[in-house]
Amino acid sequence: MAVMTRERSVVDRPPPVPRKGYSKWARRAPLLPALIFLIIVTQLPFVATLVISFMKWNSLDPTNRGFAGFDNYVNVFTDPDLRSSVVNTIVLTASVVIISLLLGLGLALLLDKKFAGRGFVRTMLIAPFLVVPVAAALIWKHVLYNPEYGLFNGILNWLGFDAQPDWISTMPMSAVVLSLVWQWTPFMMLILLAGLQSKPIEPVEAATIDGASSFQIFRYLTFPHLRQYLELGGLLGSIYIVQNFDAVFTITSGGLGTANLPYMIYQTFYQAHEYGEASAAGVIVVAGSMVIATFALRVVSSLFKEEKR
Amino acid sequence: MTPRWFKHGWGVLAWFAGIVFFAPVAWMFLTSLHSESDAATNPPSLLAPITFDGYAEFFDSGAWPPLINSFSASIGSTIIVLLLAIPAAYALSIKPVEKWTDVLFFFLSTKMMPVVAALLPIYLIAQFSGMLDNISFLTLLYCSMNLPIAVWLMRSFLSEVPKEILEAASIDGAGLLTILRRVVAPIAMPGIAATALICFIFSWNELLFARVLTGVVAGTAPVYLTGFVTSQGLFLAKVCAAAVVVSLPVLIAGFAAQDKLVQGLSLGAVK
Repeated sequence: MAVMTRERSVVDRPPPVPRKGYSKWARRAPLLPALIFLIIVTQLPFVATLVISFMKWNSLDPTNRGFAGFDNYVNVFTDPDLRSSVVNTIVLTASVVIISLLLGLGLALLLDKKFAGRGFVRTMLIAPFLVVPVAAALIWKHVLYNPEYGLFNGILNWLGFDAQPDWISTMPMSAVVLSLVWQWTPFMMLILLAGLQSKPIEPVEAATIDGASSFQIFRYLTFPHLRQYLELGGLLGSIYIVQNFDAVFTITSGGLGTANLPYMIYQTFYQAHEYGEASAAGVIVVAGSMVIATFALRVVSSLFKEEKR
Repeated sequence: MTPRWFKHGWGVLAWFAGIVFFAPVAWMFLTSLHSESDAATNPPSLLAPITFDGYAEFFDSGAWPPLINSFSASIGSTIIVLLLAIPAAYALSIKPVEKWTDVLFFFLSTKMMPVVAALLPIYLIAQFSGMLDNISFLTLLYCSMNLPIAVWLMRSFLSEVPKEILEAASIDGAGLLTILRRVVAPIAMPGIAATALICFIFSWNELLFARVLTGVVAGTAPVYLTGFVTSQGLFLAKVCAAAVVVSLPVLIAGFAAQDKLVQGLSLGAVK
C-alpha cells in the first residue's frame, strides 16, 4: 500500500517533456524495470495480507479455512497481549526517538565547534551505528547487562558500589530502549550535524555584531533552521524503530512486557501459526505507519523543493 | 571574548561523549581478544593476556557458510539493485519522464511501509514455490528493500551532473553511449560506490526475513549469531569475536562511505 503526496513541486527549470508518443516511451523505458519489480515485490504482498486478514486460517488446522469477516480484527483488538504490544511499540518508538534526538542534538552542537581531534571524535561517535544490530543487541545483553560479569556491574564494582542489579529483569523496557538509543543517537547526530553545517553563516555574523547572545542566536537562528532536520531525523527514526525486531528479539525475546508489534506478528504467525490474526495485525501496523509516513513524505518533499530552488 | 578554558571545555566534553559511545565497541574488541575465563570476571580484567581463541572457536563452529550466504545475498542484491536503479534514476533526473516527482515519491513511500506486514504472504509464496531456505529468494527480497533507497540516492547524485556538459557533448556529436561512459559515469562513480555500500550494509544487517525464510542451508550471519548463544558455559569472548567478525564488513563499508552516509540514510534528503 503506498502513500502518495499530492503536492507538486514547482521546479525552477522544468525539464522539457516531449509530446510525441514514441519519445515518451523511450524516456520511460529505463524506469520501467525498477518500477515493475518494486510493484510486484512490495505492493502485491500487502494486497495478500489484506485478503488473508479477512480469512480464518491456522496452518495447523488447514481444513478449517474460510471467510472470517472482521473476526481477526476483533480478536486483535480484544487480545490483551496484542493490545499491550501496540502500547509497547508506541512507548519504545517514542522514547528511543526522543532521547536519541536530544542526545544527537547535543552531540551535533558539540561537533559543530572546532576542537582538536574533531574528526576522530566524529568517527568514534558513528561506530555504534555501524555495529550489526543483532550483534549490538547480543553485546548489550550478555557483555554489558549480565548481572554477574557484565561491564555495567563491573564498573559499579570498580567504583565501590555494592549494588549489582539484574538490569534486564528489573527494567526490561529501559534496557531495550537504552541499547537502541546507543545505536540511533549517531544517526540523529549525523542528520543534525549536516543541518548545522548547511546553515548560512552571514545572519549569525550579523547577529553577533548586533550584540546577540549565543542563546539568542540558537533560539532565533540555529533552531528554526534545524527544525526541519529535527523533523526529518524524528520521522525517519520512527519509521525504522517502529519496525524494530532485532533488539526485542535478542534482549528479552519479547518477554517481560516488551513485545512490540513486529515481534508479536512474528510470533503469531511463526510460532502460533495464526495466519489470519497475524495479517490483521499487519494491516493495523500498515495503517499506523501510513500516518507517520504521510508526515515524513511531506517533510522530505519540503526539503526536496528547497534543494531545487 | 570567550575565555580559553571555556573553549577547551567543549572539546573535552565532546571527547568524553565520544569515548562513552565508543566504549561498548572498544570493550567488544577487547573482550573478543581475551580468554573465556578472563572475559567473565567481575571487576573486569582490562589487561588480561591477548588470545585469538574466541575467533578460532567462532570459525571452527561452522561460521563460514552463513558468512558466505550473507556475502552472496548482500553483494548479489546490491548488484541487481544498481542495475535497476541507475537507469531508473537516469529517467528521473537527466532525461526525466513526465510526473517524475510523483514516481520518485512512490518509490519512497514503499520504503516507509513496515516490512513485517508483508512477512506472511512472502513466506507463503516461498513455501508454495519451494524457495524456502533459498539464498536467491532472500537476495530478491533484499533488492526490493534497497531499491527505493538506491533510486533516491542515485537520482540525487545524477542530478549533480551539469546539464551544460551533457548539451556540449551532444552538440559535439557524442552518442548516448559515449555520453554515458565518458561524461556521466566519471561524475556519478563516487555516488554509485556510496549507494552500493549503503545497500550492502542494509542487506547485511537484515534479520527478520532471513530468520523466517532461511534454515540450515541458507542461514545468514545475523541468523547464525542469534543461534550462537546456546551453551550454558562461558561464551562471552566467543560472542564478542562473532560480533566483531560479523560487524567488520559494515564498519569498513560505513567508514568508507562516511561522507555519504547521512545522504544515504536520509534517502538523499540531506546533503
